Amino acid sequence: MATLHTRTSARYMMAPAVLLLLAWMLIPLGMTLYFSFLRYNLLMPGMEEWTGFLNYKYFLTDPAFDDALINTLLLVGGTLLITVIGGTLLALMLDQPFFGRGIVRLMVIAPFFVMPTVSALVWKNMLMHPVYGLFAWLAKSVGLPPVDWLAQVPLLSVIMIVSWQWLPFATLILLTAMQSLDEEQKEAAEMDGAGAISRFIYIVVPHLARAITVVILIETIFLLSVFAEILVTTNGGPGTQSTNITYLVYSLALLQFDVGGASAGGIVAVILANIVAIFLIRMIGKNLDR
Amino acid sequence: MGNIRLENVKKAFGDAIVIPDLDLEIENGEFVVFVGPSGCGKSTLLRLIAGLEDVTGGKIWINGRDATGEAPASRGLAMVFQTYALYPHMSVYKNIAFPLKMAGMDKKAIDDKVRGAAETLNLTDFLHRRPGQLSGGQRQRVAIGRAIVREPKAFLFDEPLSNLDAALRVAMRLEISELHHQLKTTMIYVTHDQVEAMTMADKIVVLRAGIIEQVGSPLDLYRSPRNRFVAGFIGSPKMNFVEGDKAAKRDAYAIGIRPEHMTLSTDDGQWPGTVRVSEHLGSDTFLHVDVEGAGMMTVRSDGDVPIDHGVRVFLTPDEAKLHRFDADGKAL
Ligand SMILES: Nc1ncnc2c1ncn2[C@@H]1O[C@H](COP(=O)(O)OP(=O)(O)OP(=O)(O)O)[C@@H](O)[C@H]1O
Ligand SMILES: [Mg+2]
Repeated sequence: MATLHTRTSARYMMAPAVLLLLAWMLIPLGMTLYFSFLRYNLLMPGMEEWTGFLNYKYFLTDPAFDDALINTLLLVGGTLLITVIGGTLLALMLDQPFFGRGIVRLMVIAPFFVMPTVSALVWKNMLMHPVYGLFAWLAKSVGLPPVDWLAQVPLLSVIMIVSWQWLPFATLILLTAMQSLDEEQKEAAEMDGAGAISRFIYIVVPHLARAITVVILIETIFLLSVFAEILVTTNGGPGTQSTNITYLVYSLALLQFDVGGASAGGIVAVILANIVAIFLIRMIGKNLDR
Repeated sequence: MGNIRLENVKKAFGDAIVIPDLDLEIENGEFVVFVGPSGCGKSTLLRLIAGLEDVTGGKIWINGRDATGEAPASRGLAMVFQTYALYPHMSVYKNIAFPLKMAGMDKKAIDDKVRGAAETLNLTDFLHRRPGQLSGGQRQRVAIGRAIVREPKAFLFDEPLSNLDAALRVAMRLEISELHHQLKTTMIYVTHDQVEAMTMADKIVVLRAGIIEQVGSPLDLYRSPRNRFVAGFIGSPKMNFVEGDKAAKRDAYAIGIRPEHMTLSTDDGQWPGTVRVSEHLGSDTFLHVDVEGAGMMTVRSDGDVPIDHGVRVFLTPDEAKLHRFDADGKAL
């Protein structure tokens, strides 16, 4: 693609695909934008009318919105923290030679292949259930009262479930990065008198910086829209304790049938996601330049 | 201070025995070069001394102390790797300062030492750069800088110049020799480059398949190789070997004669032959001659001999500089 000629023809050849993608993206976005300025409730068909920014006003001043915003940030931040730290430690472990490493690696990757709804159900009914759950049994067997996870610490429970799903992804990326670290560099550091911990801090972690950036960027995109896990486990409750923005939009549209309000929420979510993305890229994107 | 003694050192990787049994004494301040063909265990031996590999058997003494079980850091040796092994995310300054920081030295002292080393190695202008922004020769100097600030008992170099181009290799070779004269620290240097071995070493250790074939000064090895392997390995171009009746006439199974120890004539001499290839280097000419009854031989001649392909010539060996070997390859 070096000459002017090849570049021009490449542009023509890409055009249909680009146009299709644009339409795919812009039409739903445009319709959402349009609905967000309408009073549009499925319970009152045929009464749609232009309301200007009223939907936005209601959505943004709704006390549930503040909760959802905070929950979204906590969910994203908490999961990132757990997966990045846990992933680094797991990768460090899986990088060591030990018996049965192949099997263990496979098992660590496995949760990534489980559907979110399925894993949420497993966590809800088999692990966190206050009567039949494994955690409850563990607590009882050491004489503690069982915790009703989904009722008492709903957001933490959702964070745990989502982290469990994303840990393999982080581990995999970080393990690959760790394996690309030049053996001689570690040996040089060893000769320079760096112990295992210093080697980890000064050699391994800086080497992983780029991979960690990638993990954070990709996970953030997906974690901003966590939905299935909440729907299956807590339904956003109790109250709004585990409602994030995605779930709030869903409850407006399909539980309260307020399409206009939900559309406004959707647009707000898009704007928020973009703000987060800009911050992220500003903050850590410079890691990728190197 | 740095004398190193290897006593019955053995090394095996699983079933593969790389070093069967090796004894070696390295004096304080010596420049020792390990040479040998690829895969003979030079790097392995160096890594055993460094402590990056555990010995399978035997002992390693450093300054009279048994260091066999010691960690690499506590042996007080510094190593320069073939690929430099610089830390890519640290500046040159931080790279050089790293071992001092690990030793817990205070900032001021570190700064003095790093700047001193940078001065010696002409790195002052590059201190703020990352290794990725340096040329191969500069990276090599950073690696050396990182080694010298620690003031180690000995330096270990594993083919440090093999990634550099020919001109830079010569320049760095001189710099390292110069550094050795300045610091007077023991240096152990692995190479498969003849010229590096001959020019830099106080003592050359010739290895083959993990066994020491001969130890001695470069000229010792050149003048009196103990066997055919050493004779063939030291010297460039290689020594010519002749078996059969020419050797039998001199009471040997094989004789060896270096290209520079034969005289060339176009009218008469002992061994007639035909020139196949002539390499004119300007200062010298190397002629590859098909000698009757002895096969190909290389002979060195003056830079301006007007002899080319197909010319019939006569070679006469200098009998005093001829090497004789028995059937096992031992020198007689
Ligand atoms: N970690 C290892 N596991 C198994 N075998 C090894 C290992 N390291 C080296 N070897 C073997 O030991 C022998 C000596 O290797 P070594 O790297 O010391 O050779 P070398 O003399 O440095 O060669 P070169 O000049 O090519 O660098 C080789 O046959 C090699 O295959
Ligand atoms: Mg080697």
